[in-house]
Amino acid sequence: MSPWLRVCPLDDIPRLGARVVHTEIGDIAVFRNAEDEVFALADRCPHRGGPLSQGIVFDRRVACPLHGRTIHLESGEAQAPDDGCTRKYRVRIEKGVVHLNLQS
Amino acid sequence: MRRMKLVAIGNGMAGIRTLEELLRVAPDLYEITVFGAEPHPNYNRILLSPVLAGEQRFEAIVLNDFRWYADHGITLHPGSKVTCVDRQARVVVSADGRQESYDRLLFATGSVPIRPPIPGTDLPGVLTFRDIADTQAMIEAAARHKDAVVIGGGLLGLEAANGLLARGMNVTVIHLAPWLMERQLDATAAALLQTSLEQRGLRFLLNTQAREIVADDAGRVGAVRLNDGAEVPAALVVLAVGIRPNDELARACGLHCERGIVVDDTMMTYDPRIYAVGECISHRGISYGLVAPLFEQAKVCANHLGHLGFARYTGSTVSTKLKVTGIDIFSAGHLGGDDGADEITLLDRGGAVYKKLVLKADRLIGSVLFGDTADSSWYSRLVKDETPIGELRGRLILGQPALGSSGHQGEQNAAALPDDFEVCGCNGVCKGTIVRAIKEKGLFTLDDVRKHTKASSSCGSCTGLVEQLLASVVGGAYQPRSASQTPVCECTDYTHEEVRRAIRDHELLSIPEALRFLEWRTPNGCATCRPALNYYLLCAWPGTYRDDPQSRLVNERAHANIQRDGTYSVVPRIYGGVTTPAQLRQIAEVAEKYAVPTVKITGGQRIDLLGVRKEDLPRVWADLGMPSGFAYGKSVRTVKTCVGSEWCRFGVQDSTRMGIELEQGLDRVWTPHKVKLGVSGCPRNCAESTIKDVGVVGVDSGWEIYVGGNGGTKAEVAQFLAKVALPAEAMEYTGAFLQLYREEARYLDRTSHWIHRVGLDYVKRRIVADAEGRKALYARLTEAQRDVPDPWALRVARRDPEFETISARDRYPSERNRNESMAESLPAR
Ligand SMILES: Cc1cc2nc3c(=O)[nH]c(=O)nc-3n(C[C@H](O)[C@H](O)[C@H](O)COP(=O)(O)OP(=O)(O)OC[C@H]3O[C@@H](n4cnc5c(N)ncnc54)[C@H](O)[C@@H]3O)c2cc1C
Ligand code: SF4
Ligand code: FES
Repeated sequence: MSPWLRVCPLDDIPRLGARVVHTEIGDIAVFRNAEDEVFALADRCPHRGGPLSQGIVFDRRVACPLHGRTIHLESGEAQAPDDGCTRKYRVRIEKGVVHLNLQS
Repeated sequence: MRRMKLVAIGNGMAGIRTLEELLRVAPDLYEITVFGAEPHPNYNRILLSPVLAGEQRFEAIVLNDFRWYADHGITLHPGSKVTCVDRQARVVVSADGRQESYDRLLFATGSVPIRPPIPGTDLPGVLTFRDIADTQAMIEAAARHKDAVVIGGGLLGLEAANGLLARGMNVTVIHLAPWLMERQLDATAAALLQTSLEQRGLRFLLNTQAREIVADDAGRVGAVRLNDGAEVPAALVVLAVGIRPNDELARACGLHCERGIVVDDTMMTYDPRIYAVGECISHRGISYGLVAPLFEQAKVCANHLGHLGFARYTGSTVSTKLKVTGIDIFSAGHLGGDDGADEITLLDRGGAVYKKLVLKADRLIGSVLFGDTADSSWYSRLVKDETPIGELRGRLILGQPALGSSGHQGEQNAAALPDDFEVCGCNGVCKGTIVRAIKEKGLFTLDDVRKHTKASSSCGSCTGLVEQLLASVVGGAYQPRSASQTPVCECTDYTHEEVRRAIRDHELLSIPEALRFLEWRTPNGCATCRPALNYYLLCAWPGTYRDDPQSRLVNERAHANIQRDGTYSVVPRIYGGVTTPAQLRQIAEVAEKYAVPTVKITGGQRIDLLGVRKEDLPRVWADLGMPSGFAYGKSVRTVKTCVGSEWCRFGVQDSTRMGIELEQGLDRVWTPHKVKLGVSGCPRNCAESTIKDVGVVGVDSGWEIYVGGNGGTKAEVAQFLAKVALPAEAMEYTGAFLQLYREEARYLDRTSHWIHRVGLDYVKRRIVADAEGRKALYARLTEAQRDVPDPWALRVARRDPEFETISARDRYPSERNRNESMAESLPAR
């Protein structure tokens, strides 16, 4: 069976926004930036577990809603001087539909 | 395309900062070559003083190591002094025979110590204090010799003397003027400084001139002979009588120089291919000898080298801080003594504390502090921002804490704190960590410290302490940024005011339009500027602008307050804090139905349902059937009321009624920061109205209106604005005040910040004196509020994907079904 899970049509994620996806391994935040690139990260900030899906998205980054750390969407890494990293997942868009791969 | 060639002469603080700024704005424009006479990479020159005093090691003061140059494709020639510039051929030649051609040339040659015109300054053992080599020579001399003389009792001389003392030498300071640091201090402060330095063991000869430096038998320096013929023994003499811009090379190649290389406001010299920054220049007739102005110049210069071409350098006001560990001294602006200026002074000789404030025309124009410099940043900001002093005057000398503050154990004197003292309570950052970061990472600004340590990046109540730490480590290199020049964020150089003006004047109607027009450096801003822009657009174009939910912090997007565990709190509007049994029953039922873990009465007399899941929010709102209380927003939150004349035996006005009317008349509009109001029925003030953004207090003959108060990390007492007779007038004054705040304050300014900046007199002029203006303001507020629907009702009526989560499909359909049906059945139980 394909490891790719169907998430939702791209248009269901707002530009510069995110949606939360419940999966068997926990909540995953799927982001869409202004260029319609999508990214997926575990929905937990490396700092104190804040839900990254609720942050403000800009460029290829998101600001955590709890204490404002900036997390890079491609790598899941916190922007210096903060450290810490949140798990990233592969996503792709197929015929306008976002798919997520939970195998890292 | 061939890249242009940029050659920098001088590998010091100004030159390299210019390159850093240039790489930020135009990383690929130039092929860059740097010549540096010193054999080192760029280091933090101001930390030579702590190195001399043995408080820091050389290795730790490097700002850009050799790798940095390589990583950025910069060719560095260390130990290579440029001796000739041929402007016709556009080539520079160095003493070690290198030749380099240029399209643009940058002079950043710093300055040279002045040698007094007396015999003997060339003897072995006579040094200046400028670079690593000097410092090293002093350290070696201190290890071998006993007696030292420092000629010059200015900033540099005293730091040299203190360092040599710390290395065990007998040090005498010879100073020509009647008191130390005569350009920065008045006689009183200088006397206190001298006493405390004498207690450490330094000796001073004031009003004294060195006539000659005499050699010993071995041909080394042996003594300094004074104008009265007396001799002071010395095996080491440090010349610290001043510096002079190093413009020799520039002069030699025919560039126009006065005392320094003359530049215009774009940092360009008389040759349009040649720029100059740092201590070597003369700008509008001034050469600066501190780091902060050089950094400003570097930014402007990079802007022009990078072909952006809009920045202007218009000069700096600087303040001074002596970096002698354990001595707190500060000076900024005018020293007083001239006509038209008033002085407020406080002198405690026994306690060794002295403060002098110089005022002119209701503005602070200078200050000298000794022994307690806790308020130095605050004072220099008042000077720079030309803040009207007005009613502050009576408390001004007592400092900012006298205005009320909390959050750092009342601790105000950073230098005296132990290393493990927790400076920033929000982020758990200790003094030692901050000081280490400042030294080792080469930090110069509050923003740098915030970025590297997180200190002062949350509630901000420790900002004053952090600023003191910065000032005590880097001295005058820390210049508190004038709020009027602070850009919105790192994405732009424009200030809040400039952005607001552009939005209005150029009819910018959306965030992307504003970003494009104002040439933002980032494609779609950041989490700091987007919410601000969204607010400014909303305020400028009420009714037309379409709010951008993606530019709102989650609380305002979800219309509920996010909690530490990712759940939300729900606070329904209860106007004036007056509720009914039916309403309470309704709230209770909702709390039970959604298994709300905590139900709490808030500080603002409202009911808070804590721990609601985001998915449940629309249903909770629907079941409550009450409007949003905006407890999550930068908006009017609550109007706290006392029971007032209806019940209270002391009450003289119906404060409850007034509170309900105010809350109804003001809700649903966004403001720069949260706004809280209070209404009390008599001057006993049970609703605590005088610590609210707007406090209304009933008196026999009507209502008194107070503005600009708040609790919070820095408690502020509201100030009296006006007295009115009728409730309708109280409404109009309050509404007009809030509209003025909405239109003119910066995003995230509380009313108190804004009033401190513009002055209460200004607010009174607009609200009290100008009746027509007041009515117009109030009308604009009503207009902004009109037709704004209740946000909860809106989201109950219309599906919003914001509140829906997705389950990943295809693979676990059965699982999904189970989850969903569980979710459905949960609330029903
Ligand atoms: C001991 C000490 C303490 C100080 N404390 C403070 C303080 O507390 N606060 C503060 O704000 N400022 C302080 N200063 C001043 C501050 O260090 C200077 O303002 C700043 O370094 C000036 O920067 P600049 O780039 O103009 O010059 P510099 O940093 O001096 O850099 C100029 C460089 O150019 C090189 N150079 C000159 N001519 C040539 C040539 N022909 N070819 C190649 N290279 C050349 C020089 O060797 C030097 O390395 C202090 C200075 C000293 C010496
Ligand atoms: S403020 Fe005055 S009127 Fe209001 S409750 Fe207190 S005593 Fe009564
Ligand atoms: S939990 Fe994300 S910044 Fe603290």
